[in-house]
Amino acid sequence: MDPLAAIRETFFQECEEQLAELEAGLLAMEEGDTDPETINAVFRAVHSIKGGAGAFSLEALIRFAHVFETAMDEMRSGRLAPSPDVLKTLLRAADVLADLVRAAHDGDPSDDARSAALVDELKALSPDAEDGEGGEEDWGDFEFTPVGAPDAAAPAGSGWRIAFKPRADLYAKANEAALVLRELGRLGEITVTLDAGALPLLPDLDPEAAYLAWTIDLAADVAETAVREVFEYVDGDCELDIRPLAAAGEPDSSEATPEAFAAAPTFDVAALIASVQSTAGGAASPDLPAQSPSADPSPTTPARKTEQAPAAAAAAGATIRVDLERVDRLIDLVGELVINQAMLSQRVMEAGFARASNVAMGLDELEQLTREIQDSVMAIRAQPVKSVFQRMPRLVREVAAMTGKPVRLITEGEGTEVDKTVIERLADPLTHMIRNAIDHGLESPEARAAAGKSAEGTVRLTAAHRSGRIVIEVADDGGGINRARVKAIAVERGLIAAEATLSDEEVDSLIFMPGFSTASEVSDISGRGVGMDVVRRSIQSLGGRISIASRPGLGSTFTMSLPLTLAVLDGMVVSVAGQTLVAPITAIVETLQPKPGDVHGLGGDARVIAIRDTYTPLIDVGLALGYRAESLPAGQGVALLIEGEGGARAAILVDAIQGQRQVVIKSLEANYGQVPGVAAATILGDGRVALILDIDTIVAVSRGADSTRAEKRKAAAG
Amino acid sequence: MTMTVLTVDDSRTMREMLRLALAGEGYRVVQAEDGVHGLEVLANEDPTVIVTDINMPRMDGFAFIEEVRSDPRHRATPILVLTTESDAEKKARARMAGATGWIVKPFNPAKLVDAIRRVAA
Repeated sequence: MDPLAAIRETFFQECEEQLAELEAGLLAMEEGDTDPETINAVFRAVHSIKGGAGAFSLEALIRFAHVFETAMDEMRSGRLAPSPDVLKTLLRAADVLADLVRAAHDGDPSDDARSAALVDELKALSPDAEDGEGGEEDWGDFEFTPVGAPDAAAPAGSGWRIAFKPRADLYAKANEAALVLRELGRLGEITVTLDAGALPLLPDLDPEAAYLAWTIDLAADVAETAVREVFEYVDGDCELDIRPLAAAGEPDSSEATPEAFAAAPTFDVAALIASVQSTAGGAASPDLPAQSPSADPSPTTPARKTEQAPAAAAAAGATIRVDLERVDRLIDLVGELVINQAMLSQRVMEAGFARASNVAMGLDELEQLTREIQDSVMAIRAQPVKSVFQRMPRLVREVAAMTGKPVRLITEGEGTEVDKTVIERLADPLTHMIRNAIDHGLESPEARAAAGKSAEGTVRLTAAHRSGRIVIEVADDGGGINRARVKAIAVERGLIAAEATLSDEEVDSLIFMPGFSTASEVSDISGRGVGMDVVRRSIQSLGGRISIASRPGLGSTFTMSLPLTLAVLDGMVVSVAGQTLVAPITAIVETLQPKPGDVHGLGGDARVIAIRDTYTPLIDVGLALGYRAESLPAGQGVALLIEGEGGARAAILVDAIQGQRQVVIKSLEANYGQVPGVAAATILGDGRVALILDIDTIVAVSRGADSTRAEKRKAAAG
Repeated sequence: MTMTVLTVDDSRTMREMLRLALAGEGYRVVQAEDGVHGLEVLANEDPTVIVTDINMPRMDGFAFIEEVRSDPRHRATPILVLTTESDAEKKARARMAGATGWIVKPFNPAKLVDAIRRVAA
């Protein structure tokens, strides 16, 4: 990759970090945080984006960032108070800035009208603020502005006489008179005269003081600004007089030749160094123009051996960036290692080694280590959910503005880590759910007031680790699900029979059904339901589950439970009609051996099993997947009681359970194709391939509840 | 002899820009993310020139320059300040702290190298 293009990518990555910091800072300020460092961090974020944008000439971004930065600078210096209204404007400006960054990244046109409107608002915040030198209009001209006097017309064909007398400050700032003279020499022919008249006798010499002065005649047809630019860094730390040579008189040609300039002071200096070192204990005078700083023989400088010091390590940060492909390759390899280790263990057992034998015990340790390696490697891919969570405040602001409902977003557990892929694929469903929570969950401010609630609704977004999974909740304090309405819609759509008796939970779960709602119903429904089937499918495709708990008048909580990684799965290994299959353990509530009397036929293949007080559909996996034509006789096999999304239960019947183990998921789609009822495959310890069951699909298909549902699921899973 | 330049900037983009520009000119580049980190690096390095940003977390450029100037080992090391502002006040403060010169962002490699040449022998 072209190094500049790589840096450009770095810039945009960094922009995302800065934007997140910017928003976090502004939100903290909205919460009342007035710490100067918070304000400064926000300023710095905008400032950095502007700086980088400047390097890549991203004009729209530079202009907007500049105005934003000016406003933040006003706030930083206390001239602009962080009032709620001001912060609202700044937050919207942050949104526009984010859009501009993305537009610049993708090369898309930016929404000029929107940013222009925000520019006006930002400027209105601090009308008196100086717009910086040059202003935003001629930003292109913002490199290296000479600080010198206005450009005087260069006297044609003549030159300049420069009187230059450094003060001690000049040397204290590590400037060097010799370097200034050298720069002058680049402009043209120079004649240098040293005035060492102020140099005291050695006993009176202060090594920190400045005694030397120079008069330089520059015989070059250059502008005065060019000359002043040479003195840019030392202006103020020296006495400087620049006047045209014509006015100062002709240069005295009897004085030193240009080449003598280097030699003359060096000569004096060499002598000075020698004497100063011998008398003042080696303390170097700063007033030694020809002496390079690196050759400074100051006694406290232990020469330059540190050049070779291993400081590269110190310069490197505590993090490294690694190509994702490499990590995935590592994960793949560790997956192979796990499989190999399992195969080896099995062979050793088969070979008849005792459990306590050295070989078996060594293998146990190997297994332990393998598992640790696997966990560590998985952890590399883990990232905090913060990257998704931090996109939500903006969404909330926008939806709140659109719906006219004041909303407060509370996020918790942003540091909770989960696999990168899971995070990436969480953004869409979360966006959907939060939008729904505000649009459909929260009541209007008037309705809230009437119900005795605060006008501002609350949406709470939380993440936590729970029993090896990540649980994410989206909760609102709105009116809860309007169950009567949901039921009416479900009946109207033909999803349930009009006379169906459903529990509250079942009614609530109707909103996850495909076909429950369509986009045209968005504004009609007082309950929920817009596209929740889509949300559920995305969560399922991640191996997750979603459920809802709603309390009338108090609000609804959506709970998603997701695996921490998509690479391994805790599975229950079962046999079905001579095949070895794996069922995801997370789906299994309990296992039981049905007695013949528990199983009842319902006509056709449909059967139910009595578990405690309820009848649960019983599905023979062998039949469902076509391994056999007839169900196992009642009373044979083992039933796995599973819970689908929304709490619907079913029991699936297998021949026997072989055991539990963690299996490495191998995509079937990538190597073969989509098979309904099969989620993926894995390789077992004995080297055989075992299919991993997609239990929800098996249940859906077997129940024949809705053939289109299965089709859609199949499409979504693909 | 290879000249070493220490760059101190909290922006990764800017650090990489500086590295690209300087490495291309044959400088050896060591990097730090802020003033505190810069001082840590200076414990093991004796750069020919230091290029530092001003607004950084933990320790800003002004404080960093003062610290460097108070260290006898580095008091004579030229320090160039990076700034996007052509703000006179910023420059004045940087100079008061002991900065040798400044580079206004955005810079091109030639400008950067030119500025370094002006302060380094």
